[in-house]
Amino acid sequence: MSKNYETVIGLEVHVELATKTKIFCGCSTAFGAEPNAHTCPVCTGMPGSLPVLNKQVLEYAVAVGLATNCDITRYCKFDRKNYFYPDNPQNYQISQLYLPICRNGHVDIETEEGTKSIGIHEIHMEEDAGKLVHDEWEDCSYVDYNRSGVPLIEIVSEPDMRSADDVIAYLEKLKMIVQYLGASDCKLQEGSMRADVNLSIREVGAKEFGTRTEMKNLNSFKAIRRAIEGETERQIDIIESGEKVVQETRRWDDNNGESYAMRSKEDAQDYRYFPDPDLVPISLSEEFIANIKSKEPEFRNEKKLRYKEEYKIPDYDIEIITESKKMADIFEKTVELGADPKKVSNYLMGETMRILKEKEMDAQDIGFKPEALASLISLQESKAINGTVAKEVFEVLFFEDIDPEKYVEEKGLKTVNDEGALRKTVEEVIKNNPQSVEDYRNGKEKAIGFLVGQTMKAMQGKADPGSVNKMLKELL
Amino acid sequence: MANIISDETIEYVGILAKLELSDTEKEAAKKDMGSMLDYIDKLSELNTDDIEPMSHVFPVRNVWREDIVTNGDDRENILKNAPGEKDGMFEVPKTFD
Repeated sequence: MSKNYETVIGLEVHVELATKTKIFCGCSTAFGAEPNAHTCPVCTGMPGSLPVLNKQVLEYAVAVGLATNCDITRYCKFDRKNYFYPDNPQNYQISQLYLPICRNGHVDIETEEGTKSIGIHEIHMEEDAGKLVHDEWEDCSYVDYNRSGVPLIEIVSEPDMRSADDVIAYLEKLKMIVQYLGASDCKLQEGSMRADVNLSIREVGAKEFGTRTEMKNLNSFKAIRRAIEGETERQIDIIESGEKVVQETRRWDDNNGESYAMRSKEDAQDYRYFPDPDLVPISLSEEFIANIKSKEPEFRNEKKLRYKEEYKIPDYDIEIITESKKMADIFEKTVELGADPKKVSNYLMGETMRILKEKEMDAQDIGFKPEALASLISLQESKAINGTVAKEVFEVLFFEDIDPEKYVEEKGLKTVNDEGALRKTVEEVIKNNPQSVEDYRNGKEKAIGFLVGQTMKAMQGKADPGSVNKMLKELL
Repeated sequence: MANIISDETIEYVGILAKLELSDTEKEAAKKDMGSMLDYIDKLSELNTDDIEPMSHVFPVRNVWREDIVTNGDDRENILKNAPGEKDGMFEVPKTFD
């Protein structure tokens, strides 16, 4: 590279809202139904059907706007974006062009160079399209309209990002805000959060922007990073060889690590937007907005401060627990039930994170009850079960709705507190392991560990390691 | 008629609307569109400086519904509107990105 270039990136982020019903009809948004089981004349675009706005969509959109420091448009309306595609049965998508619900916001991200403010140009409400299924062997495609009409907000940033790190930090921040508001689960892999990357490059110091491309099909943070790096390189190569970047939409292929153009110039989009006459305008009162503001949850930064103050757990723990609203909720509820904060934190950061990673699950998917964890911790604290057993029980309660107390009782996992029985086993172990006994007596402290292990094994794990240790030392 | 619609324009509008027009239809559409634009020009003569743009004629605002599921599974009836059907899905001409 002979010159110094900088990458300029803006994002269009689509977020699927966590409403029970679609944006303009009373069809369910539940995932995984039979094809077209959640459809009606409205979301399949039948003539004469009339859309009616879901109030919850409006409330979520305003809540996200307030949390991202946007101006809320007091008078807003919907527009039709016209195009023909079989996943769009109306031949237009209901969206907002002229008067989007939120404008002029920003979020702050932490970067290596310090805090950086990323502008939000606008947030608008719109409907999702259906899902096309292609059959390799047939000369036709098939459409499932269950997703048609599922509410989305599109968050359009200003071109304020300069690197993949900026982009990831911005997305993490948005995800956190939206999740904390309960407005969406924001899963990239499942498409409830989708990011299109607008990217151009220019020489460092240049005032004008270069020609940008838009990249789609980015399903993970990893793919986003790779796509940004790949596209930056591609554009620099084009410019270095004296050619011009073409403004186009490109599809990222993460398996091959390259992108290809999706739509040619001849198909340049002409959406002929106009106000949707079926939907009346929205006029928001100060009271409506104030009411949403008053319901704003405690966000991550405030939570972090409070955790430090109230629970006195290490910063590292706080960082991990507050990374997901779900995890933070479980933490708080379990502590509320009387469990020691650090012990709860240990279960979340240790066992929970391990299982999530192993099963490739998201923290949002955690299903166990705080009551179960609190009960498990209390069993362990009262020495009714030992640490090893507790971990086993946790693994069960993570997936099944069990009452830990009943469970250990039924499975006979309780620690044997019978001193006579313990003494007998320890004597047995000492008798059967003369070598280790001798090693210990000769000053090899570590040998006792082996003897503790043998005793635990003989007692099928149901002894308290502390008591075993004590008993061994006494008898040796 | 002050506005003359070119052949290219009517061709392009036809493509956008997915309409195949015969030569006679094209000529008729050119004439109609021309007079529509003349009418718009007439409206543009009015001074609208202090008038807010209007999108709806009725003074109705804020028609919302609560987020409650009211529709059940009506797939059988919905699919009657499909040009073709397979495995509960609408069959459409082969379409790729």
